[in-house]
Amino acid sequence: MIVRVQDAAFDLGAEANAFAAGHSDMGALVTFTGIVRDLARGDLDRMVIEHYPGMTERALEKIAREAQERWGLGDVLVIHRYGDMAPGEQIMMVATLAPHRKDAFEAAEFLMDYLKSRAPFWKKEFTADGADWVESKAEDEDALTRW
Amino acid sequence: MDVLYFAWVRERIGLPKETVETNAATVMDLVEELRAREERYEAAFADLSALRVAVDQDLTEFDAPLEGAREVAFFPPMTGG
Repeated sequence: MIVRVQDAAFDLGAEANAFAAGHSDMGALVTFTGIVRDLARGDLDRMVIEHYPGMTERALEKIAREAQERWGLGDVLVIHRYGDMAPGEQIMMVATLAPHRKDAFEAAEFLMDYLKSRAPFWKKEFTADGADWVESKAEDEDALTRW
Repeated sequence: MDVLYFAWVRERIGLPKETVETNAATVMDLVEELRAREERYEAAFADLSALRVAVDQDLTEFDAPLEGAREVAFFPPMTGG
């Protein structure tokens, strides 16, 4: 299991390739990447992500460990950034390796569902009009009930 | 005990972290003590359904005991991913 919380941007392709290297017994690699999405009005200047150092790593490791217990995975990778980001920048990625695609897909979805509402990150959106904290959605919480 | 605040809770209270001398038995008792301090705490803790709490970096409930706890954090629902 690899969990990284960092300010710096990451290279999705390089991370996915390095993660999958040396696992010739794994037939499936699934990756998901979250991107800073512009607002419907198209006026997002930047996003700032705050987190809780220490708890963040613990929470991500707990979620990744649970995914490993529930699915037959070769390995799990989670990278999540904090700090200042522009629209279009990559915020985070998860990757799962498994012998077959079903486990890899399901585990990646599980990781994303839990990471959204159980890892201590908070997003703030800045526009010319001011700044607003992104509110959590009821559907994010509902998404956990299917696991 | 260290008390930490994140996101708009931090902004409303005006600081990210403070050390609090308390004998509060539960998270709720600590919240009541903080509320009684000043208006900015009352404002931050006005609606507990909008808040989450972690004790020693584990997500928990407001009725959780604080015995032996070193660190309590208050924050809004998380928005990762």
